Amino acid sequence: MKKILEVRGLTKIYGSGCPRCISATGPAHDTNVCPHCGTVVAAHDVAFDLHEGEILGIMGESGSGKSTVVKTLFFDDKPSSGSARFHDGEQVQELFDLNPAEQRWLRNHKFGMVYQNPNLGLNFNVSAGGNIAERLLMNDLRHYGDIRDRARQLLARTEVLSNRMDESPKRFSGGMQQRVQIAKALATRPPLLFLDEVTTGLDLSVQARILDLILEIQQELNTAMIVVTHDLGVIRLLAGRTLVMKYGRVIEAGLTDQILEDPQHAYTQRLVASAL
Amino acid sequence: MEPRLRIENLSKRFVLHEQAKTIPSCEDVNLSVYTGKLTALVGPTGAGKSSVLKCVYRSYLPTAGRMLYRNDLGTVTDLAQASDHEVLTLRRNDIGFVTQFLHCLPRKSALDVTCEPLIARGTSAHEAHEEGKRLLRCLKVPERLWGVPPATFSGGEKQRINLARGLIARPRLLLLDEPTASLDPGTTDNVISLLQDIKQDGVALLAIFHHPELVSRLADNVFELTPPLTTPNLQETTLS
Repeated sequence: MKKILEVRGLTKIYGSGCPRCISATGPAHDTNVCPHCGTVVAAHDVAFDLHEGEILGIMGESGSGKSTVVKTLFFDDKPSSGSARFHDGEQVQELFDLNPAEQRWLRNHKFGMVYQNPNLGLNFNVSAGGNIAERLLMNDLRHYGDIRDRARQLLARTEVLSNRMDESPKRFSGGMQQRVQIAKALATRPPLLFLDEVTTGLDLSVQARILDLILEIQQELNTAMIVVTHDLGVIRLLAGRTLVMKYGRVIEAGLTDQILEDPQHAYTQRLVASAL
Repeated sequence: MEPRLRIENLSKRFVLHEQAKTIPSCEDVNLSVYTGKLTALVGPTGAGKSSVLKCVYRSYLPTAGRMLYRNDLGTVTDLAQASDHEVLTLRRNDIGFVTQFLHCLPRKSALDVTCEPLIARGTSAHEAHEEGKRLLRCLKVPERLWGVPPATFSGGEKQRINLARGLIARPRLLLLDEPTASLDPGTTDNVISLLQDIKQDGVALLAIFHHPELVSRLADNVFELTPPLTTPNLQETTLS
């Protein structure tokens, strides 16, 4: 299996920073806020490899830094330091060295993102079909009929009724909004997809169908995915490997079944023991 | 002949941070598994039989020791040290595990669950389904259940799905944790003949059986495990 992404030393801090920020925060200190200068160390020294077609889970509670990791990789946020190499066929790109235009190109062509909050991923001022068309247009598809056909196919694939494609997603249920987001993210058949708490807040039967859909897509298109969640069930179902984060640090990484059956870190042990 | 798998000085201890305890599970295990042969793990409950299998499959991280796996090309990998990606590749192509319980994706039909390992390897859905049906028939899973998710199945039915799923991909090394525990005698005989078939095919098997009769019918080597010492003062260490 080929590598698609190599992340090393990824760090994101919010604040002015001081020399003691790193040594004074993290799981050992039970905080991610530096007591000396008030800087928030959202993520520090995060490193992992992702292979083609693989699903990696990032698990942790609120404030653990798990979303920060995907936000920096999707260029929603600038990292403070670190590197991320993206392998695109024969090409290797240093994500954080690219200029904004190059980053936008990658976002539109090679990456996809599904946010917990559909407001972030969808434009509620245009129709569901229009949301997908927007992404297709950025991918140089120009013919109106082609765009409409492709949007209809994508919505059908994610089980959104095609007779509602001209409605604003504002009027859709939460589960349907997530489906439109997934259809939009998949429009360009990206090799890398980020999923940030995509099923949080949905009722159980809807969650189940969204998770099934994600797995089917992964099998059909061999899309590599990074799945961010606090839900052990989602991790168990989707991820082959898992990182556990706490206060901005990766405290444990391993095969998902090993993390759940033989967790090594005290925090993971507590988490697994309380969930099962 | 070089063994398919050689386990040297394997130990597994669980460190429970919350209770500041170390719980020994298996200590200093040494055994070999050969191509076309079945090595049976026997011993009382708590002797660490399942832990040995889980260490080999890397659901558990071994505390000490080596587990040397030799593939068809003669390349040896220490499963205790292998990277997660190496283990995932071995699980896909070489090493199978039939546990006592069926862990599968909900909402998938029994036939799809069975075929999954073949499809993950790139076999066409049609071919995988044909092989899946053959195995389910062989294991006497009634045809009316094939399209139903196994969540509602009886223990014995689930176990047969689990077996079919473990056998379908023809792994080079198959780990079996009491594969016949909840089966009736007739089905057990079918399982035994299936296991004999895959031995003939050159699969190496490491299996836990409770019935001495099964051991005598199937095993080429028997390895007896004894529970690790559990004297509290000896084993309970306080963690700082």
